[in-house]
Amino acid sequence: MHRERTRNEYEKENEWQPAAARRCPVNIPLLSLLIFTPWVGALLLFVLRRRLSASLGRILPILFSLSTLILGGIVLARFNPVITGMQFTEKHAWITALNVHYHIGLDGLSLVLVLLTGIISPLALFGPTRQVRCPAIHGALFLLLQGSALGVFLALDFFPWFVFWELSLVPAFFLIKLWGGPGAARAAYQFVIYTIGGSAFMLLGFAAIFAETRTFDFLELKLISMGGQAPILFGGAATTWVFLGVLLGLAVKVPLFPFHAWLPPAYAEAPTGTSMFLTSVMSKMGAYGFLRILWPLFPLQFHAAAPILLWLALGGVVLSAFAAMKQTDLKRMVAYSSINHLSYCLLAMCAVATAGPVNPAFPAVMIGTSESGIAALSGTILQLFNHGLSAAALFFCVGVLESRTGGLRGLGDFGGVRTAAPVFAGLCGIALFSSLGLPGLNGFIGEFLIFRGVFGLAPWVAAVATLGLLATALFLLTFWQRVFHGPATGAGVNFRDLDATEIATLGPLIVLMFVLGIFPQLLAGLINPLVTTWAATLP
Amino acid sequence: MNADYAGLFRALLPETHLVVGALLVLTIDMIWARHRPANRHHVALLLGIIALLTAGYAAITSGASGHIYGGMLKLDQLAIATRTAVIVLAALALALLPDSRRMNHPAEFTAILLFATTGFTLMAAANNLLVAFLALELASLSLYVLAGFDKTSPESAEAGLKYFLFGGMAAAFLLFGFSLLYGLTGSLGLEQIATQLVMQGQSPLLVVALVMVLVAFGFKAAAAPFHLWAPDVYQGAPAPAAALIASASKLAGLVLFTRLLWPGLGSAVGTIAHVPVTVGWAPVVALLSGASLLLGNIGALAQTNVRRLLAYSAIAHAGALLLGVIAAGRIGVGPLFYYAATYGLATVGAFGVIAALESAGPVHQLTDLAGLHKRSPLLAGCLAVFILSLAGIPPLAGFFGKFSVFASVLQLGGLAGPVGWLVILAIALSAVALYYYLLILKQALVAAPVADATPVRVTDPAAIALLLAASLIVALGLWPSAVLELF
Repeated sequence: MHRERTRNEYEKENEWQPAAARRCPVNIPLLSLLIFTPWVGALLLFVLRRRLSASLGRILPILFSLSTLILGGIVLARFNPVITGMQFTEKHAWITALNVHYHIGLDGLSLVLVLLTGIISPLALFGPTRQVRCPAIHGALFLLLQGSALGVFLALDFFPWFVFWELSLVPAFFLIKLWGGPGAARAAYQFVIYTIGGSAFMLLGFAAIFAETRTFDFLELKLISMGGQAPILFGGAATTWVFLGVLLGLAVKVPLFPFHAWLPPAYAEAPTGTSMFLTSVMSKMGAYGFLRILWPLFPLQFHAAAPILLWLALGGVVLSAFAAMKQTDLKRMVAYSSINHLSYCLLAMCAVATAGPVNPAFPAVMIGTSESGIAALSGTILQLFNHGLSAAALFFCVGVLESRTGGLRGLGDFGGVRTAAPVFAGLCGIALFSSLGLPGLNGFIGEFLIFRGVFGLAPWVAAVATLGLLATALFLLTFWQRVFHGPATGAGVNFRDLDATEIATLGPLIVLMFVLGIFPQLLAGLINPLVTTWAATLP
Repeated sequence: MNADYAGLFRALLPETHLVVGALLVLTIDMIWARHRPANRHHVALLLGIIALLTAGYAAITSGASGHIYGGMLKLDQLAIATRTAVIVLAALALALLPDSRRMNHPAEFTAILLFATTGFTLMAAANNLLVAFLALELASLSLYVLAGFDKTSPESAEAGLKYFLFGGMAAAFLLFGFSLLYGLTGSLGLEQIATQLVMQGQSPLLVVALVMVLVAFGFKAAAAPFHLWAPDVYQGAPAPAAALIASASKLAGLVLFTRLLWPGLGSAVGTIAHVPVTVGWAPVVALLSGASLLLGNIGALAQTNVRRLLAYSAIAHAGALLLGVIAAGRIGVGPLFYYAATYGLATVGAFGVIAALESAGPVHQLTDLAGLHKRSPLLAGCLAVFILSLAGIPPLAGFFGKFSVFASVLQLGGLAGPVGWLVILAIALSAVALYYYLLILKQALVAAPVADATPVRVTDPAAIALLLAASLIVALGLWPSAVLELF
């Protein structure tokens, strides 16, 4: 009875589909193109790897990588932010025996992340890979990674989603291992085994869900759980176990403190371009999973677990900031600051889930919290995007330091770089200030909204989290001061300034930091209606 | 019993092709090819492949005609699919036949391989205790010879002898179990045994018979604690023989015992999905499964020899396959068959890569694989597909096999019962497994070759077989429905 009703609701929610089709004159499978163009490029590069000259082997991956930005732009132009359901959906039967569909679609959240992928990937291939060994193979692996990440952001059925999710590890493993620093072997192993160890339990959780519901479709599962059946799906205790399995898979990926141990070595040992992609795109996969899967499918369990998770996220915010202060390796410092920034997102989500009313049947309780909820959730999505920009820029700057000095990246190895390289110092400084959340730059708006939301929901937590802000400011300013200021010492003497390629890599990121800092509405407009619906229905 | 000889002949057409092919290989070798050493090898290989291809065609087109010859054989979808699969796996293994420098009697090897395949195809269809036993013995005896075929290598002799001693013991147990079943029910046909057992209910004698049968099953599937032969045999046997033992033999054995346990002894299954557990064979199989998962995965971590590592990985996979056997009766044999067949493909492929490498030098340690990507990109690429499939990385077939088996087991009783816990164990251990699979890939794809390494030349048949196996793994991983919808 319940299930019948939810199916009907599901059909009703999808009634907009014909309208969307009408707006799109020729029915091109835009999202499939988005996912598979990089893969086609990867295949092409792999097949032709012997015949390509070095420069062509470097340029082709960049061109294929740009396809995401172009197609993402087309999607953006046709995207209707008022619709909160999925748009551009494609659904085809895949494995009938298991009721698996190739089902992809996009809403504001996915769109933001697709655009981020489109911006970061070509830059990560363009800037730091001039001296890379075997550019064609490197490019092929990178494109494989890029396509997998896009698949994760667009898939709406657990099965293809999980395929993309796991598949992204294979190229990442080889990129870290083959092109990484001296400790890359160990770091790559840790990265892959941690992540697979977590996602294995997620797989188990979904196998259990499937055994009960006979479907993998996120939208159908969401309706089932909102119809009130999720809590009784397997009987109380079993649902909790399923929830914990899925949570573990996502928590390792984000990472949620204390599952973060794989991250600093992986980011630090990866080559610069891969670090940029890992931190700005792949780290978003976990947070995306929280919003797309964990919360809609397990609202009650998430609500129940949220107080504990809130404290863990708070631990991530504060401890990772203090850990970053202690680092002498600049790349590890930026890696810890990444944990810190993503922990803000988790903090916001958990705060909303803690405070939110469990039962949508009592909207009265929500009025007090919904504004804070909306602020916190918008802040989360903006933070995801903004952290992508600033962390990629910072990793690139550390990469520049490394490439000039044959791999030096210690905090004490440099001094007074600004005198020799004013352009570099200026651009890197902007990235640092964006990362620590200076008003007027993009980092501010996300963090402000998160704090504004969390303060309304869990004031004490917000108060403690400001310690993290303080520590972030301290270590980023230490970075800025020790490397760029003072008398030129160490490797900072006669430091060569940025050349045209490097400026062209850093430039777009810096411009976007200003644009989004001054007009955050550009991005927020895409997600506002979505977040408002979430705040009304999700918690 | 009505003796329908024409029906029997039609049903046994694949076996006829195989036996005639084996005899032809021997005859032609004796009359013509042994005097032409340059061609001897190719003739044996060609005839063997032709025999397998015609047999495969006959197996696909035979049609599910149900009971044959008074219920001696049962040709259902499972039998047809299994016959086709074991023939494909045998053909892939045969294509790895070492060249004449390293194998003196190619014709004998091919003929015995064909006899073993005959045994497998009969195992796939056997519906009677005696036919099952004979088919199993035909296959096993051929495999003992194949394992010890390399007369110049003491390891091969050791492998043959160990396999023979363990196998003989297991066969004795099986025969004793069968005799008890016959004594209990007065019948050899599986259907009659099933009806009799439903009427009689549980008896202590039945439990003894079950244990006997399961010992033999454990041996055939290389499940702990009956796995001790596997590492030595995998290590010592010639690569095509090891590939056959690891793939086709395992698939045929699993199908034979699934048929025996589910339709035959289905009434004595016991329950394992919920606590408290009731007595039957399912709890015992679950114990074997848990032991194999633990022992296989943890044992594999300590291995430095590639073949022994594959053997321990085989033990671990046996644990997952046994979980599939538990679920097969309720949920259907589709997931189990898919898992076993695709696992077989990946294993044949992995041994194929080892076989190809052995033509350029011995392959013992993991480090012997070092720099494979430089020495032969084809081998390195294929090995990556096989190993990642064994590790269960999507979208390769190994991932879907694991997933569908686990999902089918969870449909029995969710996470609440002992099998649910076993699934959790299996999943946790699959992360452990990834470590040792990555060790292989690290050597093959990342490590630099040793100083005096030479490029590896892969023979055409082996290259075709490897590419075929790799593309089948990718294709079946992307379209698992192609197999699952057969059942």
